[in-house]
Amino acid sequence: MGDLEAFRAEVRSWLEDNCPEEMRQPLASDQDHVWGGRQWEFSSDGQRVWFERMVEKGWTAPAWPIEYGGGGMTPAEHDVFKSEMKRINARSPVSNFGFWMLGPALLKFGSEEQKREHLPAIARGEIRWCQGYSEPNAGSDLASLKTSAEIDGDYFVVNGRKIWTSYADRADKMFCLVRTDPDAKKQAGISFILLDMESQGVSTRPIQLISGESPFCETFFDDVRVPRANLVGELNQGWTIAKYLLTHERDNIGGEPPGLLKGRDLAKMALEAIGADEAGRLDDPMLRADIARLEIDAMAFRALVEHTRAKAEAGEGVGARSAMLKYYGTELNKRRYNLMMDAMGGQGLEWEGERTSGGRYAREWLRSKGNSIEGGTSEIMLGIISSAVLELPKG
Amino acid sequence: MILNEEQQMLADLAERIFADKASVDTLRAIRGGSHGNDYDQDLWQAMVESGLTGILVPEDQGGMEFGLVSAGLVAREVGRRLALTPFLSTAVLGAIAIGRGGNDDQKSRWLGPIASGELIVALALDESAKHRPERVATQATAAGDGYTVTGQKTLVLDAANAGVFIVSAMLDGTPRLFAVEIGAGTVDVEPVVSLDTRSMADVRFDAAQAELLDGDDNTLDAVLDAGRAMLAMELVGLSRAVFERTLTYLSERKQFGQRIGSFQALQHRAAHLSVEIEISEAMAFQALAAFDSGADDASQQILAAKARAAETARLASAEGVQMHGGMGMTDEFDIGFFMKRARAASELFGDANFCTERFARAKGY
Repeated sequence: MGDLEAFRAEVRSWLEDNCPEEMRQPLASDQDHVWGGRQWEFSSDGQRVWFERMVEKGWTAPAWPIEYGGGGMTPAEHDVFKSEMKRINARSPVSNFGFWMLGPALLKFGSEEQKREHLPAIARGEIRWCQGYSEPNAGSDLASLKTSAEIDGDYFVVNGRKIWTSYADRADKMFCLVRTDPDAKKQAGISFILLDMESQGVSTRPIQLISGESPFCETFFDDVRVPRANLVGELNQGWTIAKYLLTHERDNIGGEPPGLLKGRDLAKMALEAIGADEAGRLDDPMLRADIARLEIDAMAFRALVEHTRAKAEAGEGVGARSAMLKYYGTELNKRRYNLMMDAMGGQGLEWEGERTSGGRYAREWLRSKGNSIEGGTSEIMLGIISSAVLELPKG
Repeated sequence: MILNEEQQMLADLAERIFADKASVDTLRAIRGGSHGNDYDQDLWQAMVESGLTGILVPEDQGGMEFGLVSAGLVAREVGRRLALTPFLSTAVLGAIAIGRGGNDDQKSRWLGPIASGELIVALALDESAKHRPERVATQATAAGDGYTVTGQKTLVLDAANAGVFIVSAMLDGTPRLFAVEIGAGTVDVEPVVSLDTRSMADVRFDAAQAELLDGDDNTLDAVLDAGRAMLAMELVGLSRAVFERTLTYLSERKQFGQRIGSFQALQHRAAHLSVEIEISEAMAFQALAAFDSGADDASQQILAAKARAAETARLASAEGVQMHGGMGMTDEFDIGFFMKRARAASELFGDANFCTERFARAKGY
């Protein structure tokens, strides 16, 4: 038995012993997602037990180094771990922007002190992070952001306004792009700082979406004082980190669809909702064809994701090609939700009520429309592909 | 999947040979020839010399005994260069039908000559306009030690030059594969001039002497899988080539005082197409690898690969013609040849609709 197989056996048996049965069910609603943080309250004992055991085991951030609170797994071990989690449908014990975004940024750009201060706190689920990037006038054109951070002794004084800050009203801290040199051209005057949401002068206002939910906020900064030690990387070099994270974010896309379609077979849902003809085929030939086309495209897309991962592991940079994955993956997800709504028919029209856990079909379908907007719109992705991959002439 | 060292060397070899030997000029010359049912003999000779004709033939029969991924690397070059070659009919379909279905005697008679380039094999499956491999009216009848087959086949590739036909025919209610050697006297080949200048024919078998290929029950399935897989790779190569030409044109052609590739309306379409091509190629390689490793869902993956590659090639060639503007409509420009071949290669062994429908069926809905 190879080392990896021994590792797999160890992971499997530990998960079998420690993952509560109820944590092996698909998420029924957003409440089932453990975000962590100072204000977090578990909605069930199972959730709490699973969280505590994984934190103690050090497996909440499996691939981070052990000295920063991670699991210290090699990429190959991490793959084994993920496949074993998936095998029993285990839910993530805790996750938020600290795991997805800030952690990778600090590992690459943070000082030793910053790593020791922030990474273990993320891994233990103590601090919930949010992301402060977009502004009302800086969406697709992110580098035109205006929120200012002026240096005053050992502090930055931050003024301005961010939008689409996810769960800013419930987050403990924010990583944030601010303008530290108003005279420099666009990208050149931006810095990447960390701030506490409890600081004087920070206020948030939730934004209600077409899904009826409010995962995003506007965040206002009014003379907020942030220690200069909270600058990540060099002053005015924040765009490098932002770009790295945007690429990293795009890389993360292409896994399983989130929400109620996670681990569920669209064709099966359609068969249950619509029924089959006497030959056993979905009794809606046009929808059947659409689902088959979608499934083929999804299978092919996964093949490209796998191929890209394998190349990255072999040391070949992914770079702008991540825009390809972001573009196609999000468009695919929107198609998937459209077909889910076609399959669910009248049930999909419910907005409230227990039968649909509070209108989840309709709400998640509507939420999916944002996939091709957030993290860079599809049109921005196509622009990146045109210039950086295809090298077409500039307009 | 990522190519291993052996596969990468093969990819480089295939690229070199095809870049050197195959060109659209050859296709034009053959199109202008007398019977329009020829193939590129120089290229075939070069493929023989480098062993590519024996790529799937076992080593003890003089071949390289590689897998479908390796054969796919050659098929991709066939697509890129619009090569007129019996590679699919003979080196892939012939080698697999005989290699899997043949007995020792049949293998030793035909596999060696396939590898050495002396024998062209033609596969005769379809009987109607659309690919329906299980709808077979051709009948096999026991006769003496062997059989005779009678029936009418269409879309038979490389029939005009074939020494052996592999024919599907009904035996006791199930379709089986038979081999018919030319010279049996009762095979009537009627060449068809096709839009893509490929050697194609209607073939009538009239009580032709036939040998049953009774080695492996799944031979027909393997042949269908391999055919679709190779066409998927060919279509991926074709899409890449037509897209490269289109990108060059976008970067050179000026209108309104600017290079047209600077227009966002065209940039976004080109970018979208590039993503479609990447995805179709990744799918095709994964499907071929699944076949080689004997994965349970290899057939499904191949159906997915063929469906996608056909759609991608249709888009690539349509965008190619459109973005070349009026020049794309001329016979003088090569773009139209890609569109023609995309149409034909998509149709063979089941078009995108066929493959998608079979995919759904295999998935149980």
